[in-house]
Amino acid sequence: MSLALSLFTIVCVSLGAVFFLAGTLGLLRFPDTLTRLHALTKADNLGLGLVVLGLLPQVDWPLGALKLIAVWLLALLAGATVGQVLGSAVRPPPVSGAGESTP
Amino acid sequence: MSMSMSLGLVADSFLALLILGLAVWTIAVRGTYAAVVGFVAYGLLVALVWVRLAAVDVALTEAALGSGLMGLLLLRAAACLPRDAAVPASGRVGRVALRVVVGVLCAGLTAVLAAVVLQLPEPAPSLAAAAAQVLPTTGLGNPVTGVLIAYRAIDTLLEAVVLVLALIGLWSLAADGAWGGRPGALRTREPGAALVLLAQLLPPVGILVGIHLFWTGANHPGGAFQGGAVLAAMWAIVLVAGLAAAPRVDGRRLRLVLVVGPALFFAIGLAGIWWADAFLGYPADWAKPLILVIEAALTLSIAAALGLLLAGPPAAEPGPGPVVGAAGQLSWKEQSSTDEHR
Repeated sequence: MSLALSLFTIVCVSLGAVFFLAGTLGLLRFPDTLTRLHALTKADNLGLGLVVLGLLPQVDWPLGALKLIAVWLLALLAGATVGQVLGSAVRPPPVSGAGESTP
Repeated sequence: MSMSMSLGLVADSFLALLILGLAVWTIAVRGTYAAVVGFVAYGLLVALVWVRLAAVDVALTEAALGSGLMGLLLLRAAACLPRDAAVPASGRVGRVALRVVVGVLCAGLTAVLAAVVLQLPEPAPSLAAAAAQVLPTTGLGNPVTGVLIAYRAIDTLLEAVVLVLALIGLWSLAADGAWGGRPGALRTREPGAALVLLAQLLPPVGILVGIHLFWTGANHPGGAFQGGAVLAAMWAIVLVAGLAAAPRVDGRRLRLVLVVGPALFFAIGLAGIWWADAFLGYPADWAKPLILVIEAALTLSIAAALGLLLAGPPAAEPGPGPVVGAAGQLSWKEQSSTDEHR
């Protein structure tokens, strides 16, 4: 049983590391800011999510596990917000009401 | 055993190389913003080093204050500096020379520190055993908090006072007409919907984490400075998102919050002359509750001081609501002149 859980951890954490690697490659190689942001947030969402999923069997239940999940959710919130803020800084959203002033 | 040790050595070496590389990049990079971003990442990596050295208290402080708070202050300073293109060529040459001088001085300091560390006797002199031996008399479980609030309480008291002095220094940068008004550095013209959502979702969690850091500091890594820094960060997010305005700096209640921590610390320290025959001494049975009261008040004052340091000096405000311009300017000028008459 513990062997199966260890294998589960190794597989999940390794997959998470692959996503981090891919996200870093995307950050370095993609052509513009928006696609780079896309690569970066994928690393946060899936990479960190898989690492947390893999570590869940290794920590105390329920407090340790809840802390890990909270870390992942906070990283998701921060990543999504930073993505939106940086994205709108690069490409500002169309000003509402602009159509009225210029018919 | 040796396998895990060598793995740790590989990880530490990689971390050290990463930090050195990032440090060189931060100094060499041209853009001021890029340098600040490099500095923030550098601080987070240094926090990882402190974790590797089992100094989690220092790691928390480095991440919260050294990297996060300093990073925000430096970003604001960078926003006030002229863009690189606006600096004349002669100025650029001077800046390169300045960077070289700073780099050489820092490298020299690092070399001296490295030489000192390498010449330490084996085992290195340490007060750790003595500190751990007396720790039970304070009722604390975290030796770092014991050092900060009991053994070296005078240092911590002065640190708390220095924060208030720093804030007075910052406020003295305000224009005469703006004195007494609201700090304006964290105002955003149009915070996006995502930022507003973050400012609504994160503070409940962050306030809980800040209070937890203060409370757990008695027995585990944490304490007033780390908890206060997290609380200040939550306040800063709310200010940036425009969900609340910074308080007027001439408010009586705000100033009370700012000084309650250092003042209570000082008062309990003075009372120690009668209770425990020493300034900043605690009576044996009351050490733990007194320390917790001091830490709670310090957390509040530190959070307020750090938040106000981030919020900058009082600035002329455009006036609440959609009315911006001459009328708003006039109203706060009248306000400030009545303040001067008081």
